[in-house]
Amino acid sequence: MGDFGKNAEAALASAKLRGNLRRAMDGLMAKRGAQFADADEWSRLRALGTNVRRRSLARLPELLRKLEETCTANAIQVHWAETPAEANQVVLDILRRNGAETVVKGKSMVSEEMHLNGYLEENGVEILETDLGEYVIQLAGETPSHIIMPCIHKNRDEIAKLFEDKIEGAAYTEDPAELTEIARKALRRRFAEAGAGVTGVNFAVAETGTLCLVENEGNGRMSTTLPPVHIAVMGIEKVVESLEDVAPLLSLLTRSATGQGITTYVNMISSPRRADDRDGPREVHLILLDNGRSSIHADADLRPTLQCIRCGACMNHCPVYSRVGGHAYSSVYPGPIGKILMPQISGFACYGDLPGASSLCGACVDVCPVKVPITDILVQLRARLEKTKGLSLGSVAWTGWKIMHASPGLYRLVTRVLGLVGGLIPRCAPLLRAWTRVRAKPRFAPKSLHRLAREGGFDHE
Amino acid sequence: MAGRTYPAKPEAVYFFGTCLVDLFYPQAGLSGMKLLRREGLRVVFPKGQTCCGQPAYNNGRFADARAVARQQLRLFPKPIPVVLPSGSCAGMMRKHYPDLFAGTPDEAAARDISERVFELSEFLVHVLKADFTDLGAPVKVAWHGSCHSQREMGVREEPKTLLRGLANVELVELERERECCGFGGTFSVKEPAVSAAMVADKTADIGNTGAETVVSGDCGCLMNITGALEKQQSPVCGRHIAEFLWERTDG
Ligand code: SF4
Repeated sequence: MGDFGKNAEAALASAKLRGNLRRAMDGLMAKRGAQFADADEWSRLRALGTNVRRRSLARLPELLRKLEETCTANAIQVHWAETPAEANQVVLDILRRNGAETVVKGKSMVSEEMHLNGYLEENGVEILETDLGEYVIQLAGETPSHIIMPCIHKNRDEIAKLFEDKIEGAAYTEDPAELTEIARKALRRRFAEAGAGVTGVNFAVAETGTLCLVENEGNGRMSTTLPPVHIAVMGIEKVVESLEDVAPLLSLLTRSATGQGITTYVNMISSPRRADDRDGPREVHLILLDNGRSSIHADADLRPTLQCIRCGACMNHCPVYSRVGGHAYSSVYPGPIGKILMPQISGFACYGDLPGASSLCGACVDVCPVKVPITDILVQLRARLEKTKGLSLGSVAWTGWKIMHASPGLYRLVTRVLGLVGGLIPRCAPLLRAWTRVRAKPRFAPKSLHRLAREGGFDHE
Repeated sequence: MAGRTYPAKPEAVYFFGTCLVDLFYPQAGLSGMKLLRREGLRVVFPKGQTCCGQPAYNNGRFADARAVARQQLRLFPKPIPVVLPSGSCAGMMRKHYPDLFAGTPDEAAARDISERVFELSEFLVHVLKADFTDLGAPVKVAWHGSCHSQREMGVREEPKTLLRGLANVELVELERERECCGFGGTFSVKEPAVSAAMVADKTADIGNTGAETVVSGDCGCLMNITGALEKQQSPVCGRHIAEFLWERTDG
């Protein structure tokens, strides 16, 4: 089991982190809110997008086969990987075959799932993050704390300090434009030198064999055009049927994620360099990673998890995430989507505590552009987790609770006793201890509503 | 809630008090029943009622939840509305009962009840079109709507409409009105640190408005918020909306 509770407590103790997060989340929420000010338009577009995702998942095996066919026809080489380890191996094989010793990488959460950076470094390949946020994270030796804005937990002066320390010749500056310029200079020449570029994929179109990738910095475009080899890694659920399907999803994605009507770059990759192309890689590879997705897909109650388009809105609006930040989850995907996805792809042994770490408030469900029923899935996962547990103090307590509340006579007797002596339960009793850390003890009423109703002359039938 | 069709005013209603009200806030329940009776309704309080089953349901203990919920299914045989002084428990019955009993012999009963369930303030506003005469002293109040009331029952504006209808009540809005107070049932004790941070922010928000009273429609939130206010020795007090309305309008 993970350490969410402990990590959260530590994160909450940092006023700086809380300030950074609050400011950032408020900004993101406001931007998204402005994009969807028209409630009718939001609900129409959302219904459309949700429908696309559901329809795609309903035909997932068929669409994947089609995608393989069309990509192959476009000279994009398709590789299937069941596990992250297999996917890593495929990447390494491609790099070795092409003699690539350095790799530039555009932002990709699937590559985080694979822990690709560590793997390549162990195998003597240098890998450089080129998304500004990811670059910061790599310099700091951390992991992303958000799926869209990896270094959202850091503020400007932390980044300024980091650049000053880690980048040769960089002077301390807190000016965002200057910071970007420093990173850009450090990165630029590396694109040209790199033996391969690795990126993620936002959507893949089965009918046309097109890989769609959105970004704001141009690093995605450079990673996919300058190096001689482009390797795209993608979770198998990201396939849609047609180009028309992409339009509503793109709009929902960028507006939900960063509050942008459209990103600065929208890359549609449909082949390696052709004879008359002026640029582009010699080889394009698509790695389709399963990593537990097939089993999620096979389970009707859990399948909607795969509808997710990774916009991050659920974390931006989550009262838990916005207080503790992404690192508290010790997971690749944090926040509400992480709470449902991580236990499913990596198991309860590591992430069994995540489904419980939610008040089920539903703020995430409100804003999810493709209606992933996050709270329902949380409850569903809690149920599955319960089934894995044997007899425990908790299960005995629940059985007692059930017997009491399924027998009205017993219930009235117990509540009557609690009304009389419940106040004597000490503060240090289980549950009450946690409760009274910051709250007064609840007071049992001397007379229950059952009694008051009877005494008040209400029909008590 | 927008989109829900409300029935005409009935002659009688069932009242489901909820376990939290029964144990900790019976005056809130009694006030709700009195408000309904004063509008001319016969209010039936089924004796066999205990708990809607939500605590077990939310913890993934579906069988336990079903056992307890099944006991409640038998309590409302007549085709009249079931009114609850809780948006959260109303949400459990309205949204989750049909799923909980899907494929069981009780499915039809669960669906039937889910159609007839109303949260108190929405019932007062939409079905009874209640209009209250405020007899209380001037007071500044803040409203906190529970997450499930807002998101499962779609009840957002109704309680505020009722509060605004009181001549001597000044309603002030919280800066983060829609944000969870950190209760979440067992969440508050399973993740005490996060829950504590959430309720601290909520009470600070309430404090910043200058409100003297915080009113809510759910006793879980109320227990959390007023428990924290009390521990902080804040002068702000909390009231369930039924009790608040009754206290100010009972002549
Ligand atoms: S679950 Fe929904 S809101 Fe969260 S990242 Fe996925 S698509 Fe976005």
